[in-house]
Parts: sequence; structure tokens; C-alpha cells
Amino acid sequence: MPADPPMTAAFALEIHGLAKRFDRPAVDGLELAVRAGEFYALLGPNGAGKTTSLRLVAGLLRPDAGSISVFGLDALADPVAAKRLMAWVSEEPMIYDRLTPLEYLEFIAGLWGVDAVTAEARARELLGWLGLEAAAEQRCDGFSKGMRQKVALAGALVHEPRLIILDEPLTGLDAAASRQVKTVLRERVRAGGTVLMTTHILEVAERMADRIGVIAGGRLIAEGTLEELRRQAGHSGSSLEDTFLALVGGEAAAA
Amino acid sequence: MRPCSLAWFARHELRLAWRDGLFMMTAGGRRRLRGVVIGVVLFALFMHLVALLMLGPYAPLGGAPDRTVLVFVTAGALLAASAMLSQALESVTRAFYARADLDLILASPAALRRLFAVRIGAMVLQVSLMAALLAAPFVDVLALKGGVRWLGAYGVVAAMGCASVALAVALAAALFRLLGPRRTRLVAQVAAAVIGAAFVIGLQAAAILSYGSLSRFAVLRSQALSGRLPAPESPFWWPARAILGDPLALAAVLGASLLLLGAAIVFLAPRFARYAVAAASWAEGAPRRRRRRMGFRRGSPAQALRRKEWTLLRRDPWLLSQTLMQLLYLLPPGLLLWRSFADGAAVAVLVPVLIMAAGQLAGGLAWLAISGEDAPDLVATAPVLAGRVLRAKTEAVMAGIAVVFLPFVAAMTLVSRRDAVVAALGIAASAAAATAIQLWFRSQAKRSHFRRRQTSSRIATFAEAFSSIGWAGTGALAAAGTWLWPIAGLVALSILAFARLASPARLEQATPL
Repeated sequence: MPADPPMTAAFALEIHGLAKRFDRPAVDGLELAVRAGEFYALLGPNGAGKTTSLRLVAGLLRPDAGSISVFGLDALADPVAAKRLMAWVSEEPMIYDRLTPLEYLEFIAGLWGVDAVTAEARARELLGWLGLEAAAEQRCDGFSKGMRQKVALAGALVHEPRLIILDEPLTGLDAAASRQVKTVLRERVRAGGTVLMTTHILEVAERMADRIGVIAGGRLIAEGTLEELRRQAGHSGSSLEDTFLALVGGEAAAA
Repeated sequence: MRPCSLAWFARHELRLAWRDGLFMMTAGGRRRLRGVVIGVVLFALFMHLVALLMLGPYAPLGGAPDRTVLVFVTAGALLAASAMLSQALESVTRAFYARADLDLILASPAALRRLFAVRIGAMVLQVSLMAALLAAPFVDVLALKGGVRWLGAYGVVAAMGCASVALAVALAAALFRLLGPRRTRLVAQVAAAVIGAAFVIGLQAAAILSYGSLSRFAVLRSQALSGRLPAPESPFWWPARAILGDPLALAAVLGASLLLLGAAIVFLAPRFARYAVAAASWAEGAPRRRRRRMGFRRGSPAQALRRKEWTLLRRDPWLLSQTLMQLLYLLPPGLLLWRSFADGAAVAVLVPVLIMAAGQLAGGLAWLAISGEDAPDLVATAPVLAGRVLRAKTEAVMAGIAVVFLPFVAAMTLVSRRDAVVAALGIAASAAAATAIQLWFRSQAKRSHFRRRQTSSRIATFAEAFSSIGWAGTGALAAAGTWLWPIAGLVALSILAFARLASPARLEQATPL
């Protein structure tokens, strides 16, 4: 197994000129840099290219153009090495109905080559954090959306990725489940991990993210802390919602 | 039409069934409809030709049929009835457990007994139509050559459809009462598989035990059976007489089966809603607690993938009934093998049966492992090369085949080493070919769509079937000691090559990125 890139890399993710076209351009020359150890929220209206961008980073789609670098590794030239450092959590939890959460985590640990003893200890700890101990040995087929999403999140964390990419992970979760997921993500960042997340819940981005990127028409149209975004939108002191609508509305008008 | 009336529900169900059927035929492509219609017409003509060659000489039978004719016609009817009952039981089980639109309907203020009465009627239509389509070439040829009285066979098919659905509804209701919602699904699926195969297997087993032959006709022609059956005037022969054109027998058979169906609708349709809710409560309730085996197991990503596939295959309830059916058909060969130890008879006849079964089973397993991946994104984001993932899944399938067929090959070795080697090579070739076809035609689907896998690509379905037949033929010729087997092998390889050329995987490779 090749050695992981040094922990000192300044950027967890660097994207240059990324493009992907389906029947129309979904991602159109995207430039994005996420610093190592930060919580980065990607916002954008429906069809802005958020999910496509993340799927390109996760290696689920091949870009038409551009480059993706994960902790300095060229993710397009060596996708396996890049994937070793990342975890992907989609809006629709990717779990197997007929496996138990523990079996699911064992499978993921096997895929990522995590030592079995370490993985089991970590799996039990994660399930405990997420309040899933009681369900750890039950098959997932009767689980609620929140439980399934928490199992998927545990799966993303069991191999201790340096970069976690989440696409709308809080959609459909109740308040308690949503808080648990947010706490786990915050802990992850505190421990030195990097989180890149898309969300429609602006309050989450406002409260949790170190930096926020706004994407529209497949391009990054604004980026920065909440204060910086407000200045860019010319709405000093306004809520993120006002700022977001001003930025996106301006882009739509320009288009 | 008054909303929520029987007619209103019937129209709704018919519309859904029509669109569903159309989608299955055309895979969603309207432009394919013309091709499908032409293909169906050509296939129907071909089947009528086959039926003409097979049944032409028997068409003049009827009037006052002798005992042998009655035995053979009754056996044919029983064979069809067991298959129809099996299909009906599976349809009834699905009506309870597959949610689809059930939650919407259960939440509505509509009179559910009417809906379920219509659904029972729809099952009759579906089961009867399928049987009538399969029987049509034979019935048509007999009617053409022997007179319109043979058309009574369609009436018997409809009667069998009514009776088999009524029995299936009663059986499912009884299982629900006795076993509860959790066990009913599994038991009903196993029962459906056993019922579907029971008649043929029973006849074969009797033939093997009595005559040392796999031929089902050996029993039907025997004096032993003939002596134990009722007199020709007995109502036992009414279905056979109805098929042979006796209008009174047809009226009696139709009347009895309609009574049975009516009773099932009146008494059991109102319980359907209760059972459907119970099935939903089970699905959404606390899942089974599993006894945890010792800690996480060590291993490579490939081992993790193989273990995951085996666990999911083991726990797949729909696969269980499909596989069980295929395994049940291996019982007669097993019985013949067991008898061969005693008298040292040749076991070459088993070779094609095993090879054919291996191909069919491998096709199903391969579809589940390769196309039926419920978390494709998860596997795609793992740090494992895509080729390695596919290899691990293929290995999981081939290992599954080895587990099922190795005991047969090992037992054959004790009787004839040569036949055992031929069978082993044939099983490997047939399973590998079916797996390769599934690999080339892979598409993303949910495991729960297993039943519809044949509709995703008709080329793959036919290639898989013909490849298995080709390898079975090769094995049969090799076991028989003729030197024609390389020709059959070449035919099997050609089918594989054709599948490769027609596969989307190859087309993708040929298209520049």
C-alpha cells in the first residue's frame, strides 16, 4: 500500500477548471480550494452543479476537463490513492438492507483495508456516538431514514478519512438525528479532519462552516466566511438567506 | 363510473397492468414496440410449427378416449396446474409484501375488500393468460387438425387459473394465521417453488426408482399406475374430458372452479387488508436480532467483497425461491446418481442436466452480484480498482456454483471418472459463460428487481439460455463418447462471441471517450 501524503498539505482539495457536461454543462470550469482541517459548505440553487461536482471529486464521474487534487495527490491520475483518503456520503444512504450495521462497517473496513481489530473498536465507538448500539446487530431493512443516514455516516468515518464529502446529509432527518450528525462532523473537524458538505439548510452552513462557497451554473460565484459573503453581496449585517439570494439572484440576472 | 366501485378499481388495475406489461415488452422504448410485435408473431408461428410436428398425429383423438389418453392428458393438465398454483402463490405473497401503492390505498377511505377482490381477479387473469399463451400453439394445432372441440382446452386453462388463485389465496391466508407475517413470506416462497417443481420431480423420481430412467413417460405408461386410477366414468377425468372437447365436463370444471374463486373472494378478500397491514408492520417493526459471531474478520478488500456477496445471496428471500426451484430439479439426477451406485449404470445422462442447471443458476447469481448492487456509489468510492471489484464478485458467483455442484461431481467420480471430468468442465464453462454474459450486459438495478432481470436485456437473456443449452449439448456429446462434441462446443463459443459483440460493454469500449 503506498504511503499517504504528508499531513502538512495545506489544501485537502484543489479543483481547477473542472467541467462536466450532460445534455447541458453541469459543471463549467469550477475553481475550488478547501483547506485541510476546515468545514466547507457548498451552497447553490437546484441544478447549480453541487452534486455533480462532489461526484466528480468522489470518483463517481469522469470530468470532461480540469484537475482534482486531494491532499496534493492527482485524483484523476491515481484515483485509488485519492479514494483511500476520502469518504463519500450521499443524500440517499448507501447501505445494504440485509446487513446489520456492524456487518456493514466490517465490509467497509475491509474495502478500505483497515485492520480488523481497530475497525471493530472504532465501529462500536461510532455506533455508540450515533446512538445505534441497540440496533448494531439488527438488519437495516426496518431502519428509519435517520437511522440509515447515521449508519452511512458511521461507514464514512470507520476508516478515518482525512476528507469527508457529504451531499445533503441532513435532508429528511429529525432534530435529534440532525444534531447527532452535526456533532459527529464537528468532532471530526476538531480532530483535524476536513469536511466538504452541500446543504440546502442555510442555518447549518451559517453555524457550522468555516467557509462557504456559493455555486451557480456550475461555477463558484462567491466564497468566504459569512462576513466576507455579506460584503460581496453588499448586504452587510443581513442573514445568510438574504446574502445567498442576493448572490444567486445576481448570477441569475447576469445569466 | 362511480369512484371506488369494483369497476373503477378494475379499470385502475387494468391500466396499470397494461402499462406494466407494455414496459416489460418494450423496456420503456415505444419505438421498440413494432420490433417486439414482429418478434412475437414470428415466435408464435415457429411454436405453432413445432406443435404441428409434435401433436399433429394426436389431433383426431377424442370422442371416446381410452385410458392411456386420459392419463396423458390429465398428467399434462396437472403439470400446468402445479406451475399455475406456484405462480399464483407467488403473486399472492407479493400482493401482501410488495408495498408499491399499497400504503396509498391503505391510507385512503376506500372499501379495501373491493380493491382486493379486483386484485384477486387480476391474478386470475394474469395466471390464466400466461398459461393460455404457452398452451396456445398446441391447442390451436389440435383445433385446426382435430376440430373446434379442442378449443375447450382454453376453458380448462381459465378454470385452472380460477382454481389455482383461489387455492393460493386460501393457502396464503392459512399461512398468515398459522405462522404470522414474518414466516409466511419465506414459507410461501418455498412452497411456491416446491409446488411448481413437485409434479415433474415426483414423476421423474418414480420413474428412476421403478425403471432406472429419467423419462416421465415410463410411469405414465405403466400398468401399475393405470391399475390404481379411477374408472373412466369418474369425475377425476372431467378436466381431461373437457380438454378433449366434452362440453358437459367443461361446464362442470368451469362451474366448480368459479365457485371456488367466488368463495375465496367473498370470504378472504376482506382479510387481505388486515394481512397487508400486518406484513407492513413486520417490515417496519424491529428487525431480527442476529447472534453476533466473533469480531471483524481480517482480509483483503476482495475478501470483504466476496463475503458481502455471499451474505447477501444467503439472505435474499426472492432468490431463495428461484434457486430452490433450480436445486429441486437437481433432485432426480441426484436420485439417479444414487441408484447408479447400486447397479453401476452409466451416469452420462446426468452430465447435460448438471451443466444446464449450473448455467442457469450462475446467471441468476451473477445478476444479483454484479448488477444488483444496492450501494454502487459506496463500492465505486472505495480505494479498489473497478476491475478488482468485478473480479471479486465473479469469484463469489463461481464459488457459489462450486459449493452447489461439487458434491454431484464428487459422487459421479465414484461411478465414472470420465463423466465426472466432463461434467466438471461443462459446469465450469457454462457457469463462466453465463457470468461473462451478465458482466457484459451489466446495468445498475436494485436487488429487489431480480424478478425483472430478464427484461433489462433480451439479448442477454437469450444468450444466457442458449449458451447453457450449447454447453449442455457439448457435455452430453462428450459424455456419450462421440467426436461431435467440439462442434457443439464451437456453437456454444459462437453464442458467447455473439453476446460479446452485441454487448453494451463492447460498444462502450469502441466509443472514443
